Amino acid sequence: MNRELYGNLVFELSREGRKGYTLPANGLDNSNALADIPSALLRNGTPDLPQCDELTVVRHYNNMSTNNFGVDTGFYPLGSCTMKYNPKINEEAASHRDFANLHPFTPEYAAQGALEAYWQLQQALSEIGGMAEFTLNPFAGAHGELTGLMVIRRYHESRGDDKRCKVIVPDSAHGTNPASAAVCGLEIVEVKSRPDGTVDVDDLRPLLDDTVAAVMMTNPNTLGIFEKNIPEIARLVHEAGALMYYDGANLNPMLGVARPGDMGFDVMHINLHKTFSTPHGGGGPGSGPVGVRKGLEKFLPSPRVIRRRVNRDDHPVAEHQRYALEYSNEALGSISATLGNFAVQLRALAYILSLGRDGLMEVGPLATLNANYVKEKLKADYLLPIEGVCKHEFVFDGLRDKSTGVTTLNVAKRLLDHGYHAPTIYFPLLFHESLMIEPTETESLETLDRFVEVMRDIAREARETPDVVINAPLNTPITHPDDTEAALRPILTYDELIAG
Amino acid sequence: MHRYFPHTPEDITMMLGQCGLTELSQLYCDVPEELRLKAPYNLPPQMSETEVRRHFDRLGRKNMPSLTCFAGAGFYDHYSPAAALNLVGRSEFLTAYTPYQPEISQGTLQYIFEYQTMMSRLTGMEISNASMYDGATATAEAMMMAVAAGRKRRRVLVSATINPAYRRVIDTYAHYHGIEVVTVAQEDGVTSREDMERKLGEYNDIAGVIVAIPNFYGIIEDHSGLAEMVHARKALLIMTCVASDLASLKTPGEWGADIACGDAQSLGIPLSYGGPYLGFLCATKALMRKMPGRVVGATKDSEGRRCFVLTLQAREQHIRREKATSNICSNQGLMTLYVSIYMSLMGPEGLREVNERSHAAAKYLLDKMTADGRARLKYPDKPFLNEFVLETDYQVDTLIHAAIKKDNILPGVKLGEHEILMAATEMQTAEDIDRLARTARECN
Repeated sequence: MNRELYGNLVFELSREGRKGYTLPANGLDNSNALADIPSALLRNGTPDLPQCDELTVVRHYNNMSTNNFGVDTGFYPLGSCTMKYNPKINEEAASHRDFANLHPFTPEYAAQGALEAYWQLQQALSEIGGMAEFTLNPFAGAHGELTGLMVIRRYHESRGDDKRCKVIVPDSAHGTNPASAAVCGLEIVEVKSRPDGTVDVDDLRPLLDDTVAAVMMTNPNTLGIFEKNIPEIARLVHEAGALMYYDGANLNPMLGVARPGDMGFDVMHINLHKTFSTPHGGGGPGSGPVGVRKGLEKFLPSPRVIRRRVNRDDHPVAEHQRYALEYSNEALGSISATLGNFAVQLRALAYILSLGRDGLMEVGPLATLNANYVKEKLKADYLLPIEGVCKHEFVFDGLRDKSTGVTTLNVAKRLLDHGYHAPTIYFPLLFHESLMIEPTETESLETLDRFVEVMRDIAREARETPDVVINAPLNTPITHPDDTEAALRPILTYDELIAG
Repeated sequence: MHRYFPHTPEDITMMLGQCGLTELSQLYCDVPEELRLKAPYNLPPQMSETEVRRHFDRLGRKNMPSLTCFAGAGFYDHYSPAAALNLVGRSEFLTAYTPYQPEISQGTLQYIFEYQTMMSRLTGMEISNASMYDGATATAEAMMMAVAAGRKRRRVLVSATINPAYRRVIDTYAHYHGIEVVTVAQEDGVTSREDMERKLGEYNDIAGVIVAIPNFYGIIEDHSGLAEMVHARKALLIMTCVASDLASLKTPGEWGADIACGDAQSLGIPLSYGGPYLGFLCATKALMRKMPGRVVGATKDSEGRRCFVLTLQAREQHIRREKATSNICSNQGLMTLYVSIYMSLMGPEGLREVNERSHAAAKYLLDKMTADGRARLKYPDKPFLNEFVLETDYQVDTLIHAAIKKDNILPGVKLGEHEILMAATEMQTAEDIDRLARTARECN
């Protein structure tokens, strides 16, 4: 990463009369073409967009990128985000020319390859999740949560059970869980977690009645601890007539070990941009497929990709009609205009094919091994509130030595100076100084050892020269941006910036 | 070990030893035996890169080869600049997380700020967020935003002329979110002003009104006076738009809209069978704190350097949880980079030229398709930019089949047995149109 700030905005590189495009000849007279549209329906002048030649634009964004830190730049131990390596072959699949020009409303018989790719991925995810079927339409994890909760509401609706208006979520849950429930028109009831973040069955039991639609959980939970009582929880929830929702944000350590469907979950989502290695893209595009157990498939959102049997006797369909789109009245409705972030789905399929059966079986154990190794190496310097094996991630409650005045935020910022992305900080809310580390399975022993070394150095600095840590970062393109001013007097466009 | 995993057998033994263990399975001692997988997944064995390439080639061949595209319905085949396609692949952008650490994320933050500026200028609105998923969900979020801003008002009027694929999503969100959606009828392909007035007068709990630019039939509706009518009822005016068209058409800002939303796929994003595209949401500054999703703001660092941060996070799910303005977290981040590069290359003239050429091609397409008198414009005398509905004497299916097979052309989106929605852009030539018209003449 370039540690000197580039900082220009494209508007400042613009010069009247420059352009960076040439359109193809179309054999038509295009001059003055809009003259027949009433001027009252046309905008006043053209939008004030940059005027740049191609090289200026290319250098601008290239230089900008050098102030950015990605997985390809260095180690990214960001808890709950599963920042694993994003293989390059996935990118080839995503931009394959036979898919890149395909219109979403192409007749099904002309898009059989695309539909088959969708089908193959949903089948593979069903096998991995222990579910009957997945929809790949949701665009992101939170969108998947919303879709999954809609499935659950639709299920209760279909049984004429209209009292169920509550969702129970542990207090350690990701913020999207309660937010998704609220968007879905459900009330949130929090269940307390025990000191290790697992759900307290005794606290849960009295909350379960006929007004509960679902219980949303992650397993392992946000502290990286496996919910041992999950079979009993599932039994209690089902006895109360509610459904179990699995937040797949923490699915990675379960690969090759256990399946949410077998744990008793009825509905789940998967973040393809976490577990299945599609790049985060600085905040998207992601993909949040939703899986359901047998019996709930018909509630999945429209359109649904179905596979017909190619069979001479029965209701025969030709090979080119094998995959089709279905819009059904039983479905929960539609949550997207198309089949979702298709090119992201292609990446995930490439990843699953590349790893194959045996590679996928190794993901969870190696991710868990890496996490436990780092945890054991660092627990002398950082406060580990929960002993024992963790899964893919673990949480420290800040530095062990609390006398230095150095906070988790300081440690995180000091890591930036050393060429690491910071861990997730101040989440979960169960501890004051949460520092959540998730190394993922694609990091080598050498990388982990160097990281451990740096973390120990920071702990030593905190004792010996705390100001160095407190004033970090010192070696980044910018330092200590004024967040308060940004929120107090928001400047959200260049126009506001130059006016202000 | 697989090429994605760096662990040697010695590494594993040593690392396990550090944890006081000897077997990988001991890492899962807390997982009850009955929950553990007893056999490997029922999936194919691993593939080499070469085999993965062949797999996608094989799937690709099952699609009809690249069709010249006259289909639109919200998603259009526009020119994709090589520089945009290439630069979004820079791994510093591609493999970064959400820019929660601004010190090492100025690249991401800066392009989102540029995007917010360009979208605001394109839509004529004051501010923009850092993206939604697609046009349909952006419109549904705009609806929920209006309801949240309208306190106890839980009714939304939606014109019958908006994209039906968006309408399905709006209806779904409304159903589960407890919003009453009322359709405003259409007349001759445009929103009925009479019905709009009647319904605005009929209800006292209207939070928002949704209309389209251009509408689903490609028609540029005249929204004169609409904002005043809607605001007189203390409701918000939401306009759902095809982004590219706003380089020429009167903007939501000029019409007096409170929220502009829609899909920005038309700004050169490849069709990719439905995604990733780019939902956008712009608004007046008064609505800033009601906006869903992420927002980037400018500030200064401790050394006085101009820089950018995620801001107004008190609206968002990771802070407000169930009281957040939306549940959106990951959005379409990288696609905002794509359209920022696209708009930087095209500039004001380029976008205008795209509109002009699309319009010229659409007019030529209409002329040719109607020349033999066996097809006609369904809504005559209504202004359109690059899309229109054709009524045909022949079966639309016949035309679609024949054009795909014979000409490698996708002629449009079928709306009925004798009704087809056709769009043109700068990507199709007079020759393509002539070929399609020839095939149409042979349809019966």
